[in-house]
Amino acid sequence: MILAKVVGNVVATKKNRRYESARVMLCQQITPEGEEMSQTLLALDSVDSGVGDTVLIVQEGWSASTAATKEAGAAIDSAIVGVVDRIDLMADL
Amino acid sequence: MQLARVIGTVVATMKNESLEGRKLLVVQTLDRNLQPAGKPLVAVDSVGAGVGELVFWCRGKEASFPFKREDTPTDCTIVGIVDSDSHVSRK
Repeated sequence: MILAKVVGNVVATKKNRRYESARVMLCQQITPEGEEMSQTLLALDSVDSGVGDTVLIVQEGWSASTAATKEAGAAIDSAIVGVVDRIDLMADL
Repeated sequence: MQLARVIGTVVATMKNESLEGRKLLVVQTLDRNLQPAGKPLVAVDSVGAGVGELVFWCRGKEASFPFKREDTPTDCTIVGIVDSDSHVSRK
């Protein structure tokens, strides 16, 4: 899973039916230290995350579809599966 | 699969119900010389790994297989703990 910060959301009226009632969040990948990385991606929310939250994103189709829509086989490749409270890192690798 | 060092822990109270009870660890993937390569990821633990340990992890759909598959959405799972750094032999 990758770490990301939720920076917004996307509204799309016309969309694949499996996205209906889904919240599509705009996310910026970050490092464990909290620095923004280059990748911006969209992920379906499964945990009521909001803008400003640090989240865990699963990037595998079966898991993302199941987490976000409770059913596999959707055209979904990323889902938010957790809101991060804290990260503890080793002082030195 | 790739070698990685567990470098931290993640706490997430609000998470997908299927991740409840799972340990989340920050892993830094390593190259053949056990030096950091690429950016850290968050992995689900399936073997009881801890911070500082050398492990290997599995990516993709197969990462869910150590768990009852329907239960755990993950794309990165720790599936082994290397006994020690010297247990990685290379030429």
